[in-house]
Amino acid sequence: MTNTDIDYSRHLLGIEHLSREELYNYLDNATHFLEVSERDLKKVPALRGKTVVNLFLEPSTRTRTSFEIAGKRLSADTINMTASGSSVSKGETLLDTARTIAAMNPDVLVIRHRASGAAHFLASRLENTAVINAGDGMHEHPTQALLDLLTLRQHFKDRSGGIEGLRVAIVGDIRHSRVARSNIMAHLLLGNKVRLVGPSTLIPDLLVKENCFGEPLQVFYRLEEGIEGCDVIMLLRMQLERSAGGFIPSLEEYAREYCLTSKIVERYAGDAVVMHPGPINRGIEISGELADSPRSLIEKQVTSGVAVRMAVLFKLATASGEEKRE
Amino acid sequence: MRILIKNGLVIDPSRQMEEKLDLLIEAGVVKEVSASINVGPSSPDQVIDASGQWVVPGLIDLHVHLREPGQEWKETVASGAAAAVMGGFTAVCCMPNTDPVNDSAEVTEFILERADTAGLCRVYPIGAVTMGSKGERLAPLSELKKAGCVAFSDDGQPVYNPEIMRRALEWVRMFNAPISCHEEDKHLSRGGAMNESSLSERMGLIGMPKVAEDVMIARDIELARVTGGHVHICHISSARGVELVRRAKNDGINVTAEVTPHHLVLTEEAVEGYDTNAKMSPPLREEEERLALIEGLSDGTIDVVASDHAPHEAASKEVEFSEAAYGILGLQTSLPLLLDFVDSGTISRLRMIEVLSTAPAKVFNLKGGSLKEGKVADLTIIDPQVEWIFSPETVKSLSFNSPFIGRRMKGAARATIVDGRLVMLDGQLIRSA
Repeated sequence: MTNTDIDYSRHLLGIEHLSREELYNYLDNATHFLEVSERDLKKVPALRGKTVVNLFLEPSTRTRTSFEIAGKRLSADTINMTASGSSVSKGETLLDTARTIAAMNPDVLVIRHRASGAAHFLASRLENTAVINAGDGMHEHPTQALLDLLTLRQHFKDRSGGIEGLRVAIVGDIRHSRVARSNIMAHLLLGNKVRLVGPSTLIPDLLVKENCFGEPLQVFYRLEEGIEGCDVIMLLRMQLERSAGGFIPSLEEYAREYCLTSKIVERYAGDAVVMHPGPINRGIEISGELADSPRSLIEKQVTSGVAVRMAVLFKLATASGEEKRE
Repeated sequence: MRILIKNGLVIDPSRQMEEKLDLLIEAGVVKEVSASINVGPSSPDQVIDASGQWVVPGLIDLHVHLREPGQEWKETVASGAAAAVMGGFTAVCCMPNTDPVNDSAEVTEFILERADTAGLCRVYPIGAVTMGSKGERLAPLSELKKAGCVAFSDDGQPVYNPEIMRRALEWVRMFNAPISCHEEDKHLSRGGAMNESSLSERMGLIGMPKVAEDVMIARDIELARVTGGHVHICHISSARGVELVRRAKNDGINVTAEVTPHHLVLTEEAVEGYDTNAKMSPPLREEEERLALIEGLSDGTIDVVASDHAPHEAASKEVEFSEAAYGILGLQTSLPLLLDFVDSGTISRLRMIEVLSTAPAKVFNLKGGSLKEGKVADLTIIDPQVEWIFSPETVKSLSFNSPFIGRRMKGAARATIVDGRLVMLDGQLIRSA
């Protein structure tokens, strides 16, 4: 069996397979669910009787919780499986996991996995279940990109052009980041200007070439130049083990060159908002005072996360339900 | 046993011959090759009408993994030999990365005994360069040679210590055996699952850069230069690697090179969708590299085509891409894949047969590779027109890991003759009594 015959419209495996229309469709629905999340009674019966399995085979608290809350607010039966509490820790293969899940026949499977392509692997083997990629290795994290866009859409709701025509700087460990890849594709889809900022070891030359994402990306090795005049500065989490891998001399050296502070933003991108997928390393990629400042959208991103995941669950669970009835 | 092959197009690169001739085999050797052989009253045991077909020196594969001893669920000497003769191969050279590693006469003798029992093609073991292929102490190279090893390799595990490599080359020079080198500096390809490229960056997979191969090719060429030992570069996959070999040959250095059919046919795009049957080492690369390999094969920089036949059970491929085993089947697809290049006019018919028979025989100093009278009767009859599908039912290996499963093929071996004995005819295996 190969992974080549996947019906991408049934799943959300990446931003790569989305059209601009589908992307806006998710954002429109998510805007509606944002409002649901502000109500006193935050629950709607949209997915009553549907089953959502959250399979998190890599440690994650915020994304898992976000999906769980999203599922529950839609009244879906939401079941969490994590590596430590499941047979995976007893050496079960992903293929056996797929078979087990297929036998339980859930409507939606949310998968977080350390291996790029794991969501594709499951999507090609689950006939009746919609697969949502909640982060696969260094590949994609599509709901993160969608929630980032939703956050920006709220912030820029009075701007002419909305979230199009923005200048976006993504700063940090691009090489290992699925958040970066999904966001690059999402912003290119909207026609935004994407700049990559960070040390040369963490921005692969092959990633910025035209044949990677369809157009060449601008690269800046100096933080100040990279963010200059930008509307959005998106910081990435620096994995603490990167220096052991030889990608940076030390975290201290990284922080000296790339830690973003309010002072730097004021001076080079006075109108910019700052985002971070979390969890943040204060003093490494972002200063504490900037993270807590009004230009930081970090907490709003978390709120958007639940709404976006509600929109994605709603669309895919109801679509797969229709198919089953046929 | 006498076999008369009539009306075939005899293609013999050892004497640049392409002529419609009859060929008579008697007592294990090519007895006669001429326009019309009349055997007189004593009729031969078998007459094969090869009209419209090619009669060529038996195909030889310098790089296969037969997995025995130690991983008999993937392949055995017998199943690998069956795949070989079905694919037109009269001889295969098996890599020593078995369990235990072929670093002793006992393992070599065991493999030869298994091959004898299988009774199909010739199986030439390749001995390890270092004990356990660990790169630390030299294996008993002379003993292995006497036991039947034709070349040496730590395939899959490069000999990192250049001094050990130097001494190994000096040692094997004494009996003129090559060291077959899997060229990969695994520090540079650490964790890699596919070619390092814009595609690997988009797919979020760690890449295996071409430079990981090129630096080791460069090192081994220099070691061949100073020792005079014979370095044979395995499964070359990069344009730069081809250029390094081309320069080395111009400099008169004792170096030869092989390329696999899949690196000639496919590019890295085959891994899109995370297809683990397209995962191998070295990885499939970009189109420009592929074209450089074809050019290298055409101009003689690359000496031979070898399949790197690497069987793996489904369980080691039906996993996350980064976890999947490297390698694909090759023995039954080499010939038809190369025939496509003849069909398209990319490689001449004579050159194609040369890289699959005459050249490999020469590179590893093996019998065969020629249809001259008096030579050993290892030969293959090829039907260049027959159309077939490489379906799981046609697979003789114990494993099915191939990106070519389901592919429509044109051309196949119709008969395989080893040591004057018919071992495969029209898809049927004929084992010795």
